[in-house]
Amino acid sequence: MTDKRKSSLILTKPLTRRTALKGLAGGLGAAAALGTAPGFVRYAQAASSEPIKIGFECHRTGIGAAYGRWYERTTNAAVKLINDAGGINGRPIKLIVEDDGTDAKRGTEVMEKFASEHKVDVVFGTLFSNVVIANGPTAGELRMPYYVVSEGHQVASGKMNRYVFQPGITDVKSQVMSVAPFIVGNLGKKVTQIFPDYAFGYDHRDNLPPAIEKAGGKVAAQIAIPPTETSFTRYFPQIPSDTEVIYHVMVGPAVLTFVKEMGEFYGSKGPQLFGFIDSLEAVDMATPGLEFLDGSHFWEGSPRYLQANAGEAQKFYRDHVGIDENGAAKGDPKDVSTAGHMFGCWETLYVIKKAMEDAGYQSPDDKKKLIEATEAMTAFAEGKEHPQGDKTFNGKTHQCFGHQNISQFKDKKLAVVHRTSIEDGMYEPEADYTTEKL
Amino acid sequence: MSFGPHLLLAVLEGLVSSAVLALTALGLSLVFGVMRIVNVAHGEFFMLGAVFAWWFSTMVAGDPALGFLLALVLAPLVVGLIALVAERLVLRRLNYDPEATIVATIGMLYIFEQLALMFYGPEARAVQAPFDFRVTLPWFGYSGYKLAIIAASILVMLATWFVLTRTRIGLIMRATQYDRETAQAFGIPVDKVYAGVFALGAMLAAIAAVLIVPIQQAHYLMGTDPLLLSFIVVIIGGLGSLRGTVVAAVLIGLTEGIVAVFFSPTLAKMLATLFVALVLVFRPQGLFGTAAR
Repeated sequence: MTDKRKSSLILTKPLTRRTALKGLAGGLGAAAALGTAPGFVRYAQAASSEPIKIGFECHRTGIGAAYGRWYERTTNAAVKLINDAGGINGRPIKLIVEDDGTDAKRGTEVMEKFASEHKVDVVFGTLFSNVVIANGPTAGELRMPYYVVSEGHQVASGKMNRYVFQPGITDVKSQVMSVAPFIVGNLGKKVTQIFPDYAFGYDHRDNLPPAIEKAGGKVAAQIAIPPTETSFTRYFPQIPSDTEVIYHVMVGPAVLTFVKEMGEFYGSKGPQLFGFIDSLEAVDMATPGLEFLDGSHFWEGSPRYLQANAGEAQKFYRDHVGIDENGAAKGDPKDVSTAGHMFGCWETLYVIKKAMEDAGYQSPDDKKKLIEATEAMTAFAEGKEHPQGDKTFNGKTHQCFGHQNISQFKDKKLAVVHRTSIEDGMYEPEADYTTEKL
Repeated sequence: MSFGPHLLLAVLEGLVSSAVLALTALGLSLVFGVMRIVNVAHGEFFMLGAVFAWWFSTMVAGDPALGFLLALVLAPLVVGLIALVAERLVLRRLNYDPEATIVATIGMLYIFEQLALMFYGPEARAVQAPFDFRVTLPWFGYSGYKLAIIAASILVMLATWFVLTRTRIGLIMRATQYDRETAQAFGIPVDKVYAGVFALGAMLAAIAAVLIVPIQQAHYLMGTDPLLLSFIVVIIGGLGSLRGTVVAAVLIGLTEGIVAVFFSPTLAKMLATLFVALVLVFRPQGLFGTAAR
């Protein structure tokens, strides 16, 4: 990228001794200037050639750091593609990344920093639901369009406001409804649920029992575990002995311990397992101790392992993000991605692009038009911009709906055994943000 | 699950956390006892121990026991070396001033944590246990390795006790702890003793981490919990008291294990904190500590 910029600079400006000296003297400052210099050339046709600033609130540190790393890589890949193809409305995207430490308080500070210091056009990318819930009201107060990639139910539930969208990843309620019939039909009717004791876990806690009951099963016990917990054996006695299926969804760095301790506790005669891949995102499935999971099922937003029937769009996406057929970084098989979720960043960026183009977005004065253009969207077709699959979008609840994958773990790999339809995850809208004043 | 096996599981879990906690807290207690320094970065030495354990264990292919043994020997040594350098570069230059060293070790905490994030990454990585043995009880299964942790911890603790009470080095350390100036007057190189004790404290934390890493994965944020619990243990047991540290570690570990299993982990933490408050009010020197001179 830098090479390209330099060469374009040389080509478009006659290089005299004086400019060369200036360039040298500029030193570090020049590097910053270079960022905009090629923009003048390439995007000259746009009404304004200023870049569109997207604030990316990233979990670079804290318990979400493994997700943050991959959210950032995916985002960078999509931004590069969009910019190489001419940007948005003829203007390049300038991504401004701020770390929120996966912390709700820090998150709102970052949001304010984006608005007042960086003066970004939109904010994007937050994952952990506790941070999103804290950020939502701030985004509303600041009148800052906020596109989250969280999978929490907080947007569709009406808890947020007109400025908050989740167009690139489905919400927990929809995911749970889609997979419940599979669990009851194939694994067992008596379900014990283990979930993290905070917002995201509560979406599972509240939405699984009705979905399981509708499918003809019953949730026998619900066990909440603090997300910072490091040892889990002590919770297992709470699992009723007649449980047929353990439904587990855990987050944070200790997820591997959770699975291993469950293996030690039950050995080979335990209940069936159904997990959300959140329990093992960024964890190498070949890790010793995970043999216990052999044959168990997982929800995956997007399959980590390249499936035999994967389409061109999926391959294109994986190639540009830089993951191999096992979902690990190319060249480092130990650096396992969070493939089940991170596609949401890619797809959300393309939604932002489309909405800005529909709205003829030129400056932050057009924010209202941008909100309305996003709300006017109804569907996204599968393709390079939406490699996870086609989706519908509800402009009233600001939430998209899509296909879910259920994969089985065998031979140290995950293979998709069932892909739900979009309709499986549809429910009555719980909110109408469009009635709120902009 | 009926009450008996449930209690057995709780006690086992409690003993495992006691074993690890005792080692970590012992390091903290030693550093405070001899140097009068509150080492806030102690948990990070624990974390570094785990991270290096992962690193060394991945260097050896084949039998996981080999990699683990290598880690058990080398990781504490490397962490001890890092502590030694930190002591020379930072603490000594502050003349071991109690307030200044607290601030300095807080700084070290963040530096170690962020360096680990930069070079090791945000993932939790597992080290394979040296042996994979599941103890099958009629009601539930239990990891044989966890039982081995308890045994290993007792061994390390006995060794520390032996060094402190039966060897010349231990005598020198105790003399420095008792009265720094008199010890110096008798020709004890207090400066070197300090460096050694700081490294030893870090190494004890690192050993605890190597023992725990096959069941708990190395992660750059893993130092926070042990630090907090170590402080609790050291305050209850009495700063600088080996016996007090062990007793308090078992007490806290078992309470945590049993209360967490039967009630909730949050209640266990509340009880531990309440206990600290009570000790501070009624016996500020700790259960086994001697009043500060």
